Order: sequence, then structure tokens, then C-alpha cells
Amino acid sequence: MDCYTANWNPLGDSAFYRKYELYSMDWDLKEELRDCLVAAAPYGGPIALLRNPWRKEKAASVRPVLDIYSASGMPLASLLWKSGPVVSLGWSAEEELLCVQEDGAVLVYGLHGDFRRHFSMGNEVLQNRVLDARIFHTEFGSGVAILTGAHRFTLSANVGDLKLRRMPEVPGLQSAPSCWTVLCQDRVAHILLAVGPDLYLLDHAACSAVTPPGLAPGVSSFLQMAVSFTYRHLALFTDTGYIWMGTASLKEKLCEFNCNIRAPPKQMVWCSRPRSKERAVVVAWERRLMVVGDAPESIQFVLDEDSYLVPELDGVRIFSRSTHEFLHEVPAASEEIFKIASMAPGALLLEAQKEYEAASFGKCFLDRFPPDSFVHMCQDLRVLNAVRDYHIGIPLTYSQYKQLTIQVLLDRLVLRRLYPLAIQICEYLRLPEVQGVSRILAHWACYKVQQKDVSDEDVARAINQKLGDTPGVSYSDIAARAYGCGRTELAIKLLEYEPRSGEQVPLLLKMKRSKLALSKAIESGDTDLVFTVLLHLKNELNRGDFFMTLRNQPMALSLYRQFCKHQELETLKDLYNQDDNHQELGSFHIRASYAAEERIEGRVAALQTAADAFYKAKNEFAAKATEDQMRLLRLQRRLEDELGGQFLDLSLHDTVTTLILGGHNKRAEQLARDFRIPDKRLWWLKLTALADLEDWEELEKFSKSKKSPIGYLPFVEICMKQHNKYEAKKYASRVGPEQKVKALLLVGDVAQAADVAIEHRNEAELSLVLSHCTGATDGATADKIQRARAQAQKK
Amino acid sequence: MAFPHRPDAPELPDFSMLKRLARDQLIYLLEQLPGKKDLFIEADLMSPLDRIANVSILKQHEVDKLYKVENKPALSSNEQLCFLVRPRIKNMRYIASLVNADKLAGRTRKYKVIFSPQKFYACEMVLEEEGIYGDVSCDEWAFSLLPLDVDLLSMELPEFFRDYFLEGDQRWINTVAQALHLLSTLYGPFPNCYGIGRCAKMAYELWRNLEEEEDGETKGRRPEIGHIFLLDRDVDFVTALCSQVVYEGLVDDTFRIKCGSVDFGPEVTSSDKSLKVLLNAEDKVFNEIRNEHFSNVFGFLSQKARNLQAQYDRRRGMDIKQMKNFVSQELKGLKQEHRLLNIGACESIMKKKTKQDFQELIKTEHALLEGFNIRESTSYIEEHIDRQVSPIESLRLMCLLSITENGLIPKDYRSLKTQYLQSYGPEHLLTFSNLRRAGLLTEQAPGDTLTAVESKVSKLVTDKAAGKITDAFSSLAKRSNFRAISKKLNLIPRVDGEYDLKVPRDMAYVFGGAYVPLSCRIIEQVLERRSWQGLDEVVRLLNCSDFAFTDMTKEDKASSESLRLILVVFLGGCTFSEISALRFLGREKGYRFIFLTTAVTNSARLMEAMSEVKA
Repeated sequence: MDCYTANWNPLGDSAFYRKYELYSMDWDLKEELRDCLVAAAPYGGPIALLRNPWRKEKAASVRPVLDIYSASGMPLASLLWKSGPVVSLGWSAEEELLCVQEDGAVLVYGLHGDFRRHFSMGNEVLQNRVLDARIFHTEFGSGVAILTGAHRFTLSANVGDLKLRRMPEVPGLQSAPSCWTVLCQDRVAHILLAVGPDLYLLDHAACSAVTPPGLAPGVSSFLQMAVSFTYRHLALFTDTGYIWMGTASLKEKLCEFNCNIRAPPKQMVWCSRPRSKERAVVVAWERRLMVVGDAPESIQFVLDEDSYLVPELDGVRIFSRSTHEFLHEVPAASEEIFKIASMAPGALLLEAQKEYEAASFGKCFLDRFPPDSFVHMCQDLRVLNAVRDYHIGIPLTYSQYKQLTIQVLLDRLVLRRLYPLAIQICEYLRLPEVQGVSRILAHWACYKVQQKDVSDEDVARAINQKLGDTPGVSYSDIAARAYGCGRTELAIKLLEYEPRSGEQVPLLLKMKRSKLALSKAIESGDTDLVFTVLLHLKNELNRGDFFMTLRNQPMALSLYRQFCKHQELETLKDLYNQDDNHQELGSFHIRASYAAEERIEGRVAALQTAADAFYKAKNEFAAKATEDQMRLLRLQRRLEDELGGQFLDLSLHDTVTTLILGGHNKRAEQLARDFRIPDKRLWWLKLTALADLEDWEELEKFSKSKKSPIGYLPFVEICMKQHNKYEAKKYASRVGPEQKVKALLLVGDVAQAADVAIEHRNEAELSLVLSHCTGATDGATADKIQRARAQAQKK
Repeated sequence: MAFPHRPDAPELPDFSMLKRLARDQLIYLLEQLPGKKDLFIEADLMSPLDRIANVSILKQHEVDKLYKVENKPALSSNEQLCFLVRPRIKNMRYIASLVNADKLAGRTRKYKVIFSPQKFYACEMVLEEEGIYGDVSCDEWAFSLLPLDVDLLSMELPEFFRDYFLEGDQRWINTVAQALHLLSTLYGPFPNCYGIGRCAKMAYELWRNLEEEEDGETKGRRPEIGHIFLLDRDVDFVTALCSQVVYEGLVDDTFRIKCGSVDFGPEVTSSDKSLKVLLNAEDKVFNEIRNEHFSNVFGFLSQKARNLQAQYDRRRGMDIKQMKNFVSQELKGLKQEHRLLNIGACESIMKKKTKQDFQELIKTEHALLEGFNIRESTSYIEEHIDRQVSPIESLRLMCLLSITENGLIPKDYRSLKTQYLQSYGPEHLLTFSNLRRAGLLTEQAPGDTLTAVESKVSKLVTDKAAGKITDAFSSLAKRSNFRAISKKLNLIPRVDGEYDLKVPRDMAYVFGGAYVPLSCRIIEQVLERRSWQGLDEVVRLLNCSDFAFTDMTKEDKASSESLRLILVVFLGGCTFSEISALRFLGREKGYRFIFLTTAVTNSARLMEAMSEVKA
């Protein structure tokens, strides 16, 4: 067995660097890497290769091929490039491939070679062509920086939200800079470029010359520059074979190294690990790889093949035709474990396994060691192991994984259509369904609906079988995707599975299934949703159809009526008309007769319309009442003209009362006859009015005009209300025997009331009288009643 | 007097949290408009707001001046205007007129509209139509539950009744569902649910959907309230239409309790000032008499008054120290009681209500409930109308007659309506149309009296119709069947001799021993059976065959204490009489009832909601 530390290379006194194989690549490359445009996404992402025919003067008729591979070299997509010449390739943070064309157009492809969209970097770029381009990542997303043929820079910090920024001119710049890079400081992207011995920093406002502190003299040109993964550090390679390493702010030098190689390196990238103090840069030439840092010696590797470097958060990936390796600083933990005595090959897995064994052995000796972190670590390692599998091809280190988060890793698996593995991981890690399994199933379903060769029924069934009613899965989202692919029928089928009817509505509206949307909205019980659909329908349908639809949906109809009552009275009328709802139409006009119309003619006309409607509704009562009201209105108008005073809008009763109070008895009686006021009412009315007038004489005359239909007790009551006992007594004598006692009590004649009650031998009356016997005056009466009672009991 | 609760009666949950929630949310919304602002408040929201946040709290959050939303141009000179309104179209037009006037004057201010309890799309649309949608910012103050008392939560939505039961507008049902959802998140799930009525069922289903959507939140919580019972007002109009004779109900009928407090006018305070008094369980004297039949109250209050006088008299002959002690300890309690004895000044009610008129009115009502002397009652009502006693009272009696008799006979229907129009004005033609639609005042179909055979036939007819009725309102087809229901549920207690109102035997005491409130009886029966089983006939007679439901979940988590707590939800309002009756039932059975109502109502409010008034 090999020694564990066999591939450990010391750099200075304190750090070891190690390079080990991730995969052996069998991707069958037909081309040399050096003949291709290469882009590899960080975090173990995919690799894109575009054989670049535009570089050499080959026949332009040969269409190049764009190949996309996983990090393990598994082919993911291959397509013929049919657009214009490409200058640069790069991956966005969402693992979309950005292809920058010479004309400034950027074409965006998915992982599987599916064309997504394109955008342009602006007219200036179009005119001057693209000389060079970089795709860079910031916390806001992925950006594109372009160097044009006019030696000007244009950049967009986030291609998701495209805002082009043209950078200021570099004074006196005649030729292309020897090298340049994008820096990101204080959340703003800058460009650092080298022209001869000078460095310039471009921000969006100005161009300023900068000098790195402690730069060795004698530099006449910068050949390469590299900015670290986190934009914190910068390395410069000069034509003297000297490497300056410092902060990206150019305020501090960290170290320097002279490698004495004057040939321009192919690539230079940072190789450091988060939270480590060690700083190192990996420089690659055609056949040589060198790791340099704050040490007099460097580590040197021989490159057997044409290789490509991919900077990562905690190291550098290096791939070639046959292998894919990872170079990184040995973590302090491993260093401690294996520094002295050590064994075995350098696969991270193996190392992990050893660490696992050690930990699992060691934890037995610790009492209070909480098992959680151990368990989580084991779980994470298993996940990493699973995704690193050759077939999956996502080689992540633990720190990359933590930086990326499990959610993003799951997204990436989904992007690669590795649904089963993603679900297994969710289940294994026991992620909540909504974040985990459901989300992945939903993605799967969205992918499924795009399979055009499968029938709608089959897709819908397959999706429902797999998803069932998994919580957190939104069938309406999947349906929306289906609709987006032009599969309306499938979308409708899928919506049927959506349990929340409210969720179905927006999509149904979008698909112009408004009537279905209306019934779903009603089902949901959300009146706002119903209202939204109604407005849609109103614009979509002609008035007649709209009303017909409403007629079949009473709930929506009520809602719309309510709205019209307040906001669109005319529409309300049309609605009733359409429905032949004459009853409501009548009511509508009645309301109009006092709410909308002011002139008497208008009011009468409104009432007439109402009466006609009531007749049509076979509501004779309402029709007659309305006609009476028309007559009354006209009459009140006449009364106002002739007698003055206020009559309009009084009720019939009040009109007559007003007439009596005004002394117009004749008129009052005429009116009562005309409107057939029943006798009883008239008597009550006159009685009240005359008593109010305190016209006792007239009242007496009235009481004698004929036998009162309401009896004479009311006369007594009303006189007493006016505190006229004298008048009251007059009527008390005329009250019929049944109410005599009450009447007598009202006028305060307790003694006589007692006599009548005794005469009636009515127990209830006796108690009533007794309850009125108060004080000394009625003592005798009370006794009398008691005696009568006693006598009655004897009998 | 003031029957104590059984010692094993469960504790009520603490609902003051709802107030805190509402207050915090309001403050948050006010702070969303930083700086000084004038607040325009809709009249209906003033009293509820007052119970949540007083003026000083509003001032703390930079509310400068307060205005009432009314149809007048605003005089505010503030640069920021905030409107606190119900989601009504007329409010939107008011705001629009204000904003547009500013625009004409070339003035720019910040406007914010806070809808309570929620905003409606129609309102936003009106803002858009008026061209000011972009000028105002809209927010929602989800304040839907106001604890009026320890056992009474009100949504303060009196318009619910008219909107739903007359206009068929269902928009508030969602608000109810939201409120129930809030309760279940705060006080745990309800293991047992019962309900009756179309609206109850819809609200219940919407609520269930909400719970499912937010699965997990309430899971695992221990239920604090064991039962919930939802009931539509139209299941029992009769009870709500009766004159109230229990003290709290009587105060409501006479003085109108508004948002838990009442304004006693000069005739009560026997001074020249009006006095606003908060009526709730914290008020010791009131709490003792609120559920009493009014005939007991007066005696009780005079006794109290005498005691008080005696306590006051003790002051004489005290030395300074004793006096100090007296003032600091007893006077505090005393003063409160004394203030409450303003209620004693409710002599004014007594005067009014013990008069012969009132007794005759009650007699007529009892006759209607029991179904005898119908002719006499009809003439009484006629006279009532002829004498123009009160438009609302007359209407109430007509409705009571109609419902108890399954509709008026055609002759009476016509003549009473004619009389009514003559007395109170022709616009009430629309009132009658409303009442007919709501099923409150209808005409008997020919041959509509119930015989055994006919009732079977009508069963067939209504069952068939039930399948066909697609109208959101089927009230037209409904018959009240009150008499039959009354018989089935034994609503009219057989009384041998005098009903002793001081020692009530059953819930009928709230109506002087003459009638057990139908709504409360239904609740009692269902709780006893824990289901609707055996009540099929009643449910059918109530026209609720499709809308009576039970939903039980496992009770293993519910404590026996929580299982004796019952939340009763009245959709369309409940009366104080019903509250008193159920409080009585609770005391008898060792339950505690909690009431949630869209608003506290009474007969006058119901009638006013149905009335057309000339604006």
C-alpha cells in the first residue's frame, strides 16, 4: 500500500499541497483542448467545448460542434453550431451556458443544449465587434464583460437583469491590453487591465492608473493576471517571470515569487482554501504546472497532456483528455492526522472513510460528545459520495457543498433530470416535503409535460400517479408549464387534480376558459376571485352572453348586482331586463322615483314604469299601490299649490293628519274617501289629530258622529295623555262594559271601577283594581273588594 | 340572583390576545406612513377602534387629527392622509372625491387606505375607475374579532345580515372563515364541529380549506375549546324578532348597546349629561343582573341601593384613619357600584316597559308564539299600524305573525301591507319586497295549512325542489314550519301555575317562561346527542336537510375541561336573549359557552336592515 502522504507536496514550512485524480476521462475527444473554446462551471459543474474553427483560417463552411459534458466526461449534449462566430464561452451561476458571439450577441443554452434565449450587448459592441469576453460571478448573479475592437469595455453585472454599462475610455490606449480581468469590490464590478508596464483600474466613472505596492522593478509588460474565487486576491505575472501576489484592492502585497520562466503562461489561477492563511497560485504552461506561494521553492508538476484549469472555492480542478484531477492545500485536520505516520492513496473518499473510522472509534471514548455533528457529517459524506459517482459527475468537496447548500445541489440534480437520486437524497436527509420531495416531483412533472410524444391522458395520469396529493405540489404550476408548451388540453386535465379551486382560476383565464374559471372561482368561495373572473368575462363576451352566463351563476349574479347597485345603476336595470325580472325592475323604478328623480313629472313617470313592470310581474298589489302613490303625489302637489305648506312625500296617513291639523277637515274626509282609508284608521287618525289640536269640541262632535269603530277607550286614553281628565271622564262613561274598568281606572275613579268589577264578578278585574288602590284614600275601596272576593268564594 | 357557575365549570380562554394582535397590527400599519398624518375613520369603525386603541395611542404614532368619514369635503391641511374604512364602494368614492379635488387644486399629498377587516377587489376597481389607484396605497387591517366581553366576540359586521340573507352576497363568508382560522391557530383545533344553515356550511368548508393549506400549524396543539357550533340566523328568525325581557336584552332594545357600551341619556342619568357606560362582566352589579328577567331586576337594584346607602352611612362616626381606609378600599368598589346604579335609573325602562302597552305587546307576542287567538293578534297589529306606533315595531309584529303562521293568509297579507304603506309611506313597498325575499314576510300559498297528509306531500315537494334550487337564495321556496318545529322541540313549555322567573326552570325564562328560543334549543339538542341524529325531521322542517353537518375528530388530546367549552357562531347576528339563555344552559349542565357573532343584533336592527329608507 502506498503511503497516504505520498502525494503531499510541501510548500514552505507550513503547507502541503496534494493533487489526486477525480475521474479518468473517457470522453473520446476528437479535438485537442487547445483547439477548442473551453468553459467549465465551478462547483464540479459541466464542461462545454466548442471547437473553434474561426481561430484558424479553415473553411467557414465547416459547422463547429458544441459539446457539453459532465465533469466526469459523460456527454450531456451535442449540437451543431449554426450561429455566428463565438469569442467566448462561460457558465452562469444557474448552469446556463453563455456563448458570446463576435457581434455581441449572447446566446444562452441549457445544460442539455436546449436554447433558452439570447440578448445583445449593445450597438457599440455590434459595430466594433468583440475582441475578448469574460463571464464572471458575483453575489448578484453572473455577469459578462466585453472588450471591443475599439478597445472599450462594456459590461453587465447580471445577465438575469440586463443593464449594460459602457466603461470609460482608457486614455491613449492604441492596442488591446496585454491582459485584463474583472474585479469585484464593494459590490461593484471593475476592470483591471494592463498596458505595457502600466495597470489601469476602470470603474463606471473613471479610469485610474494603479501601481501594486512592492512590485519588483524592471517590468515592461504584464502577461497574466488572476483574481481569486472570492475576489479578495490578485496575482500578476510579468514578462520577467516574476509573480506578484497581493490583495485585489492593490493596497497590500502578500508575497512574490520569481519563477524565471519568461514564456507567457497558458493559465494562472488561485489555489487557496477558505479560512486558511496559505496563499498560492497555480500557473500552467504547455507542459508544466507550478504551485507558487510565500515560499522560496515552488511545487512543480509535469503535464503529460494539454490541460485546463478550473478555479474552485478551495482548490483547482485540472482536466485533460484522459484525467480530471483536483489540486488543493491539504486541510489542517488531515495534516494533523496523517503528517507523521501515514498510508494509502489519495482519494478523498478513502480519506473520508479513514476519518470516519477514526472518529467513530474515537467517539466511543467520549461521554459527552453530541452525536448530531457526527451523524450529519456522515450523511453529508454519503451525499457527496453519491453525487460524485461517475454517472452523476458532480465532484464536490465538503466546503464547496456547504457553500453551495443542499437546496442548490438538489436544483442541480433536477437540472440534470436526476429526479430519483434527488428524491433519494431528500428522503435520506429527511428534508421537509415541501422543500424536498414535493419540489422535485413538481420539477419532474414540469419536465414530463414537455414530452410531446406522450399523449395528454398518459402524461396526466403518470403525473397524478406519482404526485398523488403530495403536500406542497402545485398542480396549477405544472399545468401552467403544460400550457406554456402549448398543451392546453393537458393543462386542463392537470388542473382537475388541483385541490384548491382558487389556484385553478388564473390559468384558466389565461387559457381563455373563462366560464370554467367562473365556476371554479365560485367553488373557491373567494368572492374577489369571482369578481376578477366577472370583469374578464365582461370584457371578453358581448353584453348578452355575459348576462346569460351570470344568469346561470346566482352567486356571481348577486355579487355583480351588489356592485352595480353602488356603481353602475344602468347595468343593473339591463340585468333585470335581460332576465325579465319585472318584480325587481319595478322595485328599481320605485327607488328611482324618489332617489334619482326630482321633478314631480319625472317621479310620476318612474312610478308609472314601475307599475307597468309590476303588472307584468303579476304583482297586482304592488301595481295598485304604486298607482295610488302616483295619485297621492299629484294630489300632494296640488295641495301644496293650493294650501301652501309641506305635503310632498308624506304618507297618506300623515297627509290626512296634516290636513286636519291645518283645519281642512273637508279635504281630509275627501282624501280619506278617495283612498278608501278604513274607518278604524280614520277614527284613530282624527282622534289623535284633534286631541293634538286640543279641539275638544270638535272631538266630542266627532265622537258622536256615529258609533266608534274603535270603541271609546282610546278616547279616554288620548284625553288622559293630554292631561284632560274632564274630557276623559266624558268618554269613560261611554266605554263598553268589557273595558269599563280599565277606562275608570285611567280617569282615576278607583271606587267606581271597583263597583263595576264587583258587579262583573271578574277576578282579573278585581285584582287590577286592587293593584291601583294606593294610599289611605282607597282603603275603603280595597276593603270592599276584599269583602266581595270573600263573598264570591263562599258561594 | 346571579346564579353562580358550577364549581366544575371550565375556565374561559383569554381573548384579550385578540385585542393586542389587532392593536399591534394597526400600529404597524400606521407606522408604514411615517410622519404626521390625519386619520379619517368610518363612523362604524369608531367604536370598535376605541376598544382597541385610544386616541393617545394613535397620537403616539403620529396621528395628528381625527376625522369622521362623511359626505363632506375634508378640511385637513395635513400632507399625509390615512383612511380607516370598511371595504365599501361609497367610501371609495368619498376618497376619490377628496383625492381628485386635491389634484384639481394642484396639490400632492400622500394617501393611504386601510381596509378593515379586508379589502375587496371591487373597491380597488372603483379606485381605478376614479383614476386614483396609483395615488393611494392600500392595506388591510385584519381586525375581525373584537372581544366585547369575556365570553363574547363580535365581528362588528352588522351588514353581514343584509348582504348575505337579503342580497345573497357571499363576500363576508371568507372573512368569517379567516376569523375562525385565527381562533384555531390561537386556541387550538376544535375537535367537534356542528353546524346548520347554508352559510354555516360554506363558512365551515372555507375554513377547513384554510386549515388544510396551512397544515401543521395547529397540529399537535391541545384544543382549548372542545366544540364549535355554527348557526345561520335564518334558521331561527323568531327568537330574534321577539321583544327582549332579559335585562341586557332589554337595555339593548331600549337604549341600543353599541360595541359593548351604552349611552344613557339625561332621562336615565337624572342630570343634564349623557353618560357612556361600558357593560360587561367586569361590572359587578351589571354582571349579576344582566341575565335576569327584568321583573326581578328592579327589586334587586333597590336592595343594592339600600345596602349602598347603609355603607355610605357608616362614614359617620369614623375617625380619620378609618375614614382613610374606607376611602381607599371600599369606596373604590362602592363608587363603581354607584355609577352602575345609574342603571337603577333604568327606572326609565321600567316605567316604559311595565306600562300596559308593553304588557299587551308581550301578551300578543306570546299568543303568536303559541299560535292561539290569531285573529285577535292580527287586529292588534292592525291597530298598531293604524296608530303609527312605530314603523319598525309594526313591521316586526307582521314578520312574527308571518313566520309563526307559515305566512299570512292572502287577505291579511294585502290589508296589513296596505295599512302599513298608508301609515308609514309608500317606499316600504320595497321593504316588503325585501322581507318576502328573505322569507320574513310571506303569503300563504292556497291550502298551506299543515295537516299530517299535507306535510308529507310538502316533504316530497321540498325535497324535489331542493335538488333543483340553484338560486343562492332559496328562501322564497322556504316555509318556516314554526308551529311544527315548536311542537317537535317542545318550545312552548307547559306551565302549571305561575312560572317563577326568580328560579328559572329552563331557557324559556328569557321570554317570561313562554318560549324556549329555537336557536338555543337546537344547540342544546345537538350537544346532548353530539350529532344531528334523531333530529332529521326538525332539520327537514328547518329546510336545512343539506346544510346540517357534524365533524368529529379524535378527542384523545382534548381535556375534559375543554370539552365543556363550546363556541357558538351566529352568522347574521345573535341577541342578548340567546346569550342569556345559553349562559343559563351552561350553568345547568356545567358547560361554558363562548359566543362569536357577526354582530349583536335585536329585532329592531333586523327590521332596519330590511327596510328601505329614503336617503
